[in-house]
Amino acid sequence: MATDIIVGIDLGTTNSLVSYMQGDSPVVIPGEDGLNLVPSVAALDENNQIVVGNAARKYLIETPERAVYSIKRLMGRGLEDVQDELKLFPFQLAEDLHDGEVLRIKIGDRTYTPPEISALVLRQLKRNAERFFGAPVTHAVITVPAYFNDAQRQATKDAGRIAGLNVLRLVNEPTAASLAYGLDKKKNGTIVVYDLGGGTFDISILKLHDGIFEVVATNGDTHLGGDDIDNLLIAIALDDIRGDLGLDLRRDFRRSGEVVARIRQAVIEAKIALSSQPTAKLDVDLPDGKKYQREITREMFEQMIQPIIDRTVGPCKQALKDAGVKPEQIDEVVLVGGSTRIPKVRRLVQDLFGRVPHTDLNPDEVVALGAAVQANILGGGSEITQDMLLLDVTPLSLGIEVAGGVTDKIILRNSTVPASATQHYTTQVDGQTNIAIHVLQGERELARDCRSLARFDLKGVPPMPAGLPRIEVKFLIDANGILRVSAREQRSGKEAEIDVQPSYGLTDEQVENMLLESFDFAEEDFRQRQVIEGRREADTILMALAKGKKNQAWQELTPEERGNVETLERALVAAKHGDDYHAIREAIDALNEATMHLAELMMDTAVSTALKGKAMDDSDLEEGPHAGHPMAKAEFE
Amino acid sequence: MRAVHFCSACGKVQPPVPVDYFTFFGFARKLNLDTAELEKEFYALSRRLHPDVFGQADERERAWSLEQSSMLNDAYRALKDPIKRTEYLLRLEGVELEEQSKQATEKARATGELKKQVVPPDLLEEVFELNMHLEELRVQKKLGEDDPALLEEIGKAKLSLEEKNDELLNELKAEWDKWDKIVDSGSEGDRRKVLDKMVDVLNRRNYIRNLLRDVNEAME
Repeated sequence: MATDIIVGIDLGTTNSLVSYMQGDSPVVIPGEDGLNLVPSVAALDENNQIVVGNAARKYLIETPERAVYSIKRLMGRGLEDVQDELKLFPFQLAEDLHDGEVLRIKIGDRTYTPPEISALVLRQLKRNAERFFGAPVTHAVITVPAYFNDAQRQATKDAGRIAGLNVLRLVNEPTAASLAYGLDKKKNGTIVVYDLGGGTFDISILKLHDGIFEVVATNGDTHLGGDDIDNLLIAIALDDIRGDLGLDLRRDFRRSGEVVARIRQAVIEAKIALSSQPTAKLDVDLPDGKKYQREITREMFEQMIQPIIDRTVGPCKQALKDAGVKPEQIDEVVLVGGSTRIPKVRRLVQDLFGRVPHTDLNPDEVVALGAAVQANILGGGSEITQDMLLLDVTPLSLGIEVAGGVTDKIILRNSTVPASATQHYTTQVDGQTNIAIHVLQGERELARDCRSLARFDLKGVPPMPAGLPRIEVKFLIDANGILRVSAREQRSGKEAEIDVQPSYGLTDEQVENMLLESFDFAEEDFRQRQVIEGRREADTILMALAKGKKNQAWQELTPEERGNVETLERALVAAKHGDDYHAIREAIDALNEATMHLAELMMDTAVSTALKGKAMDDSDLEEGPHAGHPMAKAEFE
Repeated sequence: MRAVHFCSACGKVQPPVPVDYFTFFGFARKLNLDTAELEKEFYALSRRLHPDVFGQADERERAWSLEQSSMLNDAYRALKDPIKRTEYLLRLEGVELEEQSKQATEKARATGELKKQVVPPDLLEEVFELNMHLEELRVQKKLGEDDPALLEEIGKAKLSLEEKNDELLNELKAEWDKWDKIVDSGSEGDRRKVLDKMVDVLNRRNYIRNLLRDVNEAME
């Protein structure tokens, strides 16, 4: 166990990264393309194969109905709470969804739950790490927004399991960032982490104390980030296009998917440019030869996004209040997340906390680096992490529904985790054997205004007169911020059986099935890829043979040899049209073998031609039946 | 004596024993508590009990660490705050604070009346006036009007309430001193008297705190 590699993973809304601790410093593991960031995008390619990351990005524009991005927004969410998202994001839900079911998203003709789509991204990161280490990687620390609720955390853990990863810990993103930040500073004081990413916003206030990173308060919004800025700019562009060009793209959002995807790409580029330039140009080709062109100044941009970035102020003030800290007591402010590159955001943070924020760490990578530090700590630590310990908090209060639909809070927000609370229950009716408990998360007074977490059904209460059984229920929030519940009937001392119905999540059984399916699919995908690769190789050889037949060497073969080659050629053509990889492979090998003599003769001809001083036709040489395969062989797990 | 968290021979984490929070830290059941010492102990025990330290341990040790560290956190949370500490001690001594409030709520619900808050007599007039002002402020807010004189009145009342709050905390601390003196030697009657007094102070303080919350909400 001690030798197992544990990687750190930042599973982001827009980009994801995998990292590990190399000696004393955390480093990001690049993908095969040499890039650190893996876009959190999954798509089906022309061959109906799942592609992930940079390879999937082009499909966002070419075939948007076969690609998905920003899936993190849907993690742990139900049908009724994604209606707003659906207006802004081109998510295509499966048609047969009903209330209370885990969402399923269409990609081409397949459907996936959000944890399965996240698992595709995680599997890509796992592959990148395995390629890097040359060894299997099965253990990971995954980061989540600090303000993620129980269901969103559970969904992330499920995604890890579906991807074949043992998720040792979920770490809050701002806290992870503080670990990376504090690694070489090792000083005491109060720090604020302001994390505005692609889809989520977190604010955390920490006390650093001789290597202990103690979160004192956290707050945020799990649906606020760069995506919202993009959507606003897209909405403005669509209005412009309707007003100026009389083209209503919004009415048929689905059919205009491709155009909207191009507009999205353009506004993202403009947004990024405006962080370093005073103006940016939008230039998008529209249907019917029309064009959308517009110049945006930084001033206009800042005015437009003001309402969005202002939404971060409330959570910041609440966190300060909860921490009992005044802005002047803060020693450092750390910026995390790509959206903190926007100068206006930096000014807002500076005004809020009266301090120039730190920008020396790459805001895209700092969370992943911190995850690697935490992975190192969980793996037993090294000299540099030996004294480091993270004490995190639960972002939301945990409550239970009591008479009158009121929430009785039993663990308050910002409690250090692990945290627990014990409640006692009894029966209302003689002989009652079941007790139902509704667990909620949130700050509101009424149960219906809080987030329903799960309904627990305590079973097997010994039949006794009403009020006599005494059942002790222990609610425990673990270090991942995930609730565990256990119950005991105190008179009999019997552990009570609990039937859990998560309000927004997959059951264990569903996760197991998805894990198995993902293996099946991986197998299927692997097989299909082999077939495709075999066909390509067959084509190369058949083309070379066709060329060889025109060479004078073909005539030098015996009639039997020629007959044999042509029989095997037909066999390969036939195998190529089937989808049995082994048959294709065998036919290729057989034809290779049979054309050995032809290749030799061709070589001789070429050499003697060269000796005669004639120019050598190198195509004869290089594309002979024995020429090397034109493409490097694809590698598989 | 601190509760036993580790094996005396090998230093490994042990399953938690059901002890009260004072014993968990090895403190006497006294209310005057050195919070700096408490924090030091909390950090020291966190370093040994937190689940992160048991990343490579077997399942049983991991389960014990989870229970131990949740108890550590629960205990620290209850003891570091003076009010929570007092409430926790009262519960330990058999005073059912929640029961009292729950019963009052249920009774109010059953009779269909509003839950009665007993106004401390010395505040009667002040509270009456403040509630009038707050009502006025809410009406003005709805109409979009602004009355600096009214805001000043409420501001003054708020200041006075905050002073009362501080006085009550001092009153509570005086009871702490009494409790700490008799905790080991006093008669049951003496102990009961101090406990009852603390309940009384906490109730009054609760009332003030609710008022302050109303004021803050109205002024926001």
